[in-house]
Amino acid sequence: MPGFSEIKKAFLVSLWFIFLTFPLMVIRINPYENLVSYRWANLFLVGGATFFLSLLSDFYQLKKKETALNNIARPRPKFHLHSRFKRPLAALGGLLIILFPFFFSSYQVNIMTTALIYVVLGLGLNIVVGLAGLLDLGYVAFYAVGAYSYALLNYHFGLGFWTVLPVGAGLGALFGILLGFPVLRLRGDYLAIVTLGFGEIIRLILENWNEFSFGPGGIADIPRPSFFGLQMSLTVSTIYVYFLMIAFTFFTVFVVNRLQNSRIGRAWVALREDEIACQAMGIDKTRTKLTAFALGATWAGMMGVMFAAKTTFINPASFTFLESAIILSIVVLGGMGSIAGVIIAALILILLPEYFRAFADYRMLLFGATMVLMMIFRPQGIFPGHRQIYRFSPERGVEK
Amino acid sequence: MDYFFELFLGGMTRGSIYALIALGYTMVYGIIGLINFAHGEIYMIGAFTALIIASVLAVAGMPDFAILALATLAAIVYSAAYGFTIEKIAYRPLRSAPRLSPLISAIGMSIFLQNYVLLAQTSDFMPFPSLIPDFTFMEPYAHIIGSSEIVIFGVTALAMAFLTVLIKFTRIGKAMRATAQDQKMAMLVGININKIISVTFVIGSSLAALGGVLIASYIGQINFYIGFIAGIKAFTGAVLGGIGSIPGAVLGSFILGWTESFATGYISSDYEDVFAFSLLVLILIFRPAGILGRTESKKV
Amino acid sequence: MAGLLEVKQLSMDFGGLRALDRIDLQVNKAEIVALIGPNGAGKSTFFNCLTGIYVPSSGDIYFSRSLNREKERLNGLKPDKITRKGLARTFQNIRLFSQMTVLENVMIGRHCRTKTGIAGAVLQGRSSRLEEKQIVDDSYDILIKVGLENMVNDLAENLPYGAQRRLEIARALATEPALLLLDEPAAGMNPRETTELNELITMIRDQGAAILLIEHDMKLVMNLSDRIYVMDYGKKIAEGNAAEIRHNKLVIRAYLGEEFDA
Repeated sequence: MPGFSEIKKAFLVSLWFIFLTFPLMVIRINPYENLVSYRWANLFLVGGATFFLSLLSDFYQLKKKETALNNIARPRPKFHLHSRFKRPLAALGGLLIILFPFFFSSYQVNIMTTALIYVVLGLGLNIVVGLAGLLDLGYVAFYAVGAYSYALLNYHFGLGFWTVLPVGAGLGALFGILLGFPVLRLRGDYLAIVTLGFGEIIRLILENWNEFSFGPGGIADIPRPSFFGLQMSLTVSTIYVYFLMIAFTFFTVFVVNRLQNSRIGRAWVALREDEIACQAMGIDKTRTKLTAFALGATWAGMMGVMFAAKTTFINPASFTFLESAIILSIVVLGGMGSIAGVIIAALILILLPEYFRAFADYRMLLFGATMVLMMIFRPQGIFPGHRQIYRFSPERGVEK
Repeated sequence: MDYFFELFLGGMTRGSIYALIALGYTMVYGIIGLINFAHGEIYMIGAFTALIIASVLAVAGMPDFAILALATLAAIVYSAAYGFTIEKIAYRPLRSAPRLSPLISAIGMSIFLQNYVLLAQTSDFMPFPSLIPDFTFMEPYAHIIGSSEIVIFGVTALAMAFLTVLIKFTRIGKAMRATAQDQKMAMLVGININKIISVTFVIGSSLAALGGVLIASYIGQINFYIGFIAGIKAFTGAVLGGIGSIPGAVLGSFILGWTESFATGYISSDYEDVFAFSLLVLILIFRPAGILGRTESKKV
Repeated sequence: MAGLLEVKQLSMDFGGLRALDRIDLQVNKAEIVALIGPNGAGKSTFFNCLTGIYVPSSGDIYFSRSLNREKERLNGLKPDKITRKGLARTFQNIRLFSQMTVLENVMIGRHCRTKTGIAGAVLQGRSSRLEEKQIVDDSYDILIKVGLENMVNDLAENLPYGAQRRLEIARALATEPALLLLDEPAAGMNPRETTELNELITMIRDQGAAILLIEHDMKLVMNLSDRIYVMDYGKKIAEGNAAEIRHNKLVIRAYLGEEFDA
């Protein structure tokens, strides 16, 4: 139960926020007709909400202290799925994934495909941000590189999806290296800003260089992925793209999982922890960072191709900074370096606003709030990364 | 030559506004080493507050000079309050966290505030009244330089002078410099660093609000997104001059203003923002310490 | 006799401040050399120059992993290149990867002597699986050597202080150094830990690596060192064996101040 002092504090907090939000939340102006109206309901809304939140945050902090004390006494056992249940559960999951497109409308399948694209983008960015600790705010630029390479190569030379997919990946990697090489020696926060600037430059060029990119109007009629030259109806094609994305997701999880438990993955994590010690261990800082950066960019490039093929229309508006921010908030919410976390977070953040229309308007507001709250209350993410810890016993060698 | 002079003045006007915002970036960075990503939003909120208060007062039939004074004051008070609150909520709990955590928090805060204003007000551009009157004594020179420009230059110069005096000669300025150098040490000699950091945010935010009011009244329209672009540009100015350095922030902002003005004037106006971003990328790659900044030496 | 490491007239300036002033120093094969001097004498700066963290203003650093090979000039090389050439170090203020286990810390040290790349990591062919197993085995062997095998699965940050210092040494050994630089390895250790450290360092030397250490624990220095260099205000003021240093006037003055001169 909150005591008097907490209630008093909560009251003062709510007063402060009523003051703070008064002009923006309560007053509404119509400058064209010189009208001013007042939305008093908002005042009580803000007051009530902040009062409640203040109590909640006090409560949370108290609990955190208690658990911290308890944890010293006995570490909490980690949640582990009993291996007996693993197979049936995996089988059930697999079945659901396979049956999904046959029981739901094309619209739903499309949404799921989009969500899966974000899953893979999140996993790609997770290599860069989560594992190697490089804050890349221009990730969407590589996504744009992939999308435009498919759209343009198809437009000019008629190249198909499967031809351009590796090209898009390669161009993503190339751009990653070209940008990464000069900037990866910068400190973390400067790196973030440079990548942001780079991302915006790419977008602005796409927007203004009409001869090259067809400007803000974008490029339409991009062909969907083909399947050995088979003609497909729209519905079949949608389902096909869905399964392609499922395959992509599994492929990505497989690759990222192997990478993070390898010599390279260890070097990334070590680099995130202490650069100077890492170099003293003989790890080439620039090269190791560049590998992570370019790999992330490769994935973005591939997804760009996929995105263009799925939507059949692209324009620069799909590649704004906000897009990078969304992918970043997926990584942050999921837990940096956590594969399962990123998958869950992507599904939550992308599907929730789609299925609950009420959320849609507040989407970006919630994304922003998520990033702040996660950093403060749960920096390890909702589903912290279980990087493979090497348990060693002399008789049996390493256990994973 | 006339065209050149026009571009020169235009660049200087832009530069002055960038400078007012850049000062906030540079002060916060100097003291807690954080790129306050939400600073551009503070400026935007300042402009919105001024617009809202000005509309209310105009409907109430207040005289123009009172509207100008009260709207500006409200913008400053509110921006300062937002800056203060943001620091307390989003940055203070993360002071001992890894360096990227507060930056991510700041990015989140920036997105949150943009959408907060968007939802609470509108996504459309709002016309902003020209609050700055045309001075009669300026009339003979009106074809060369407008009253708004003069006011913008004047305010920037005053703000800079105020800040210099504050930091160089007052007790609180001394405490700020001490905190910037070594927080632990400052705490040990009895400086309340929480208070100093709050004051830094309040001052930085107030200056951004001034910038917001001036530019909004100069350009004549605002929306929820103006803070993002202006913020990055002002940050560019701050880095260009050497982040953490106050004269550097002003110098860098002017250079950026002129670069933009001449580049759009003589090369192409389509790529206005590209010039600024390119300058940002180039300066960070080739001289991350900026013009007046010192290179940080790493401790082992 | 030619040394593994030869430093000639090494100087380092920070702005107007001369932190190192024409230092000459040599370390021979399988030798333990100590670098001592009052705080601020420039010892750590010297280490940072050797390991590539600073680029010295003038002078030369020559090094070779074995006496048969021609020496290479290390000036201006990046730290990781220098480690690859066989010169590893520990840090005065411990810099372990605190969120990684003891074993993983040492495994990072094996990085520069192994080569599995991205393709190998993803495909996990025979050679990369074998290499990974070899990394684990080698790392465990090194942990046995320094006596940390009981803590192999602990997080580095949970180790007691003395064990953290040993882990730093283990991690450096994993890079197969010909010369190991230890920056105050006994700092903060209790007498028992210091004795164990003494044995460890001797053992490392006996297995063929040379050691250059900065240390304030004079008993340890005098016990261990074949030769000692003394620095003060960025200059080398003396060199010799323990007995010579103990009675050197300049050294006594540097440590105890002018008034003891008489």
